[in-house]
Amino acid sequence: MEIRLENLTKVFTNKKTTNTLAVDQLDVTIPSGKLIGLLGPSGCGKSTTLYMISGLLKPTEGSIYFGDDDVTTVPPEERGIGLVFQNYALYPHMTVLQNIMFPLENLKVPKEEAMERAQKIADLVGIGELMSRKPAQLSGGQQQRVAIARALVKEPRVLLLDEPLSNLDARLRLQTREEIRRIQRETGITTIFVTHDQEEAMSISDEIILMDFGVKQQMGAPQNVYDEPANLFAAKFLGTPPINLFDGKISAKKIKLGQSVLGETKESPKDIVIGIRPEGFIVQKEGPIQADVEFVETIGRDTTLIMIDPTDETKRFRAIVDSDHKIEAGQSIALNIKPHKMYIFNQQTGERL
Amino acid sequence: MLEDKSNVKAWFYLAPALFLLTIFIFYPIFNALFLVFLRDYNYLQGTWEGFTLFENFLYVFRNQNFTQALTNTMIITFVSVPISVIIALLISVWLNSVLKLRGFFQTIFFLPYVTNAIAIGMAFAFLFNQNYGLINTMLGWVGLNPVNWVGLGATWGNAMFSLLVYVVWASLAFKIMVFLSGLQNIDKQYYDAARVDSTKRYRIFRRITIPLLSPMIFYITITSFIGAFKAYTQVIGMFGVRLGPPGNDKSLITIVALVYDALDRSGVPGALSEAAATAIVLFLITLVFTLINMQVSKNRVHYSGGGK
Repeated sequence: MEIRLENLTKVFTNKKTTNTLAVDQLDVTIPSGKLIGLLGPSGCGKSTTLYMISGLLKPTEGSIYFGDDDVTTVPPEERGIGLVFQNYALYPHMTVLQNIMFPLENLKVPKEEAMERAQKIADLVGIGELMSRKPAQLSGGQQQRVAIARALVKEPRVLLLDEPLSNLDARLRLQTREEIRRIQRETGITTIFVTHDQEEAMSISDEIILMDFGVKQQMGAPQNVYDEPANLFAAKFLGTPPINLFDGKISAKKIKLGQSVLGETKESPKDIVIGIRPEGFIVQKEGPIQADVEFVETIGRDTTLIMIDPTDETKRFRAIVDSDHKIEAGQSIALNIKPHKMYIFNQQTGERL
Repeated sequence: MLEDKSNVKAWFYLAPALFLLTIFIFYPIFNALFLVFLRDYNYLQGTWEGFTLFENFLYVFRNQNFTQALTNTMIITFVSVPISVIIALLISVWLNSVLKLRGFFQTIFFLPYVTNAIAIGMAFAFLFNQNYGLINTMLGWVGLNPVNWVGLGATWGNAMFSLLVYVVWASLAFKIMVFLSGLQNIDKQYYDAARVDSTKRYRIFRRITIPLLSPMIFYITITSFIGAFKAYTQVIGMFGVRLGPPGNDKSLITIVALVYDALDRSGVPGALSEAAATAIVLFLITLVFTLINMQVSKNRVHYSGGGK
């Protein structure tokens, strides 16, 4: 089912009547049956957005549509959503089976059918053998699956996950995110999950919604957002290692870094930020950037060069190059730039130019 | 070596508490245990006529007021405790959900706890006064005749009812306080999760609040049982040393009242031993019911509210 957020705004007011604008006029259409990552740094309003979709938080302004239904004022119990909390919120006094069956009991599903459905969904998420355990007897990853099973068992129209992987250790996180992807594919349910981890969001989402300061920065397929960042924030937030940034300027239709010309543009002369992805450099005999190599890290097939910024000796930048090049620390090398890995941004506004 | 040092320190820090406990708790307990086995102990002269195993207990059971005291104590316990626990639970759940004037209501419900029991008892005696009391006035509003609750010649039933109302009311404050702190410790996410799962309010109460609060409920039930078995000040507060409405003296006597009764006769040889024996009988009754309580609630209490 398609979810549409229109002009969605949330202002938190505390006792001293200071207002915090958590979500600012968000307009988003989430396509049906997709896995959507709501991505952003902490405090960017992504969880607030999720909780407004769930109905647990009331929007200050704007509307939420599930398909054609306006659910803005519908209480959470009538929205037909499944929600997985960050720390799972499994009822500690109930067994896994009782936890999963709980939503069905509320819907007055006959007990036998409820047990059958609980078992089926538990098998789907891979905890079918743990039905008689209490949450405290489960590992983090298992608790996570119970929480997903509990959210899915009532066949909700939308599945919402709040930082679903943040309580898991690194290895489980990798495994569980594949698991979430698989469960989403098998059930075909529209799923929105919140995360601050760009790698997590990029690896499993069909589309990501990038947020900062309560404002949508960009939405699109992860690779598209990575390849075509709409602004400086989007460019900085995605990518490990992060994008390299240089202060440059445009003069006479040329993109200039110091005295070197990196490319051409139609923009008028102004100060700009040049962003170059680490993989956007090519080692060549001659190139616009001449810089000293400070360290060389070779890991498998890639070589990462830590380079001294030629325009500012206190800054460093990273270049990931083919390990065929035998480069040593202390060398001065010439680098060329892949044009599609370089972006220029307005220094004042951060807009992509 | 480190451990030795800290041990000495520990004893040093414990000393003031131990000193007071020894004088006011340990010594009286052991002294009572000792007195029980003395025959015809004369408190004034400090003499006794040899030892006995059961004689002092027989005095207790032969006391003409013993059956009445036992009955009253049991009624006070088994009526007031469940009722007050349930009422306190409902009030605290309500208080927990109230947003406006919460501090005000909390203060109101907590006031009885810091008010003198005797003073409140007198106030209640007045509430139940046949001619001027609020209760009878209110009965009059709905067209009922005034009832002689606690006045001259009031029946045991009426007097006991009045006493129970007071006992329940007076014991609410502490329970509400404990339940409220317990409720505030329950993670709000459980309620959010329950709402998302379309749980009806009474089901949230029964399936989530009660189980998560069960350690508190258990604690309160046990301590209230123990407290109710010791009922005495409430009777004094409402009825004075007559321990009953005028003309029906001692009809509301309790087991602890028997202890004081025996102490009043401490000049008589053996009376002090009888008081000690009464205290021990009460202790045994309390012990038995506490053990039953613990057994019954074994599978009904969930100690995992915090997640671990």
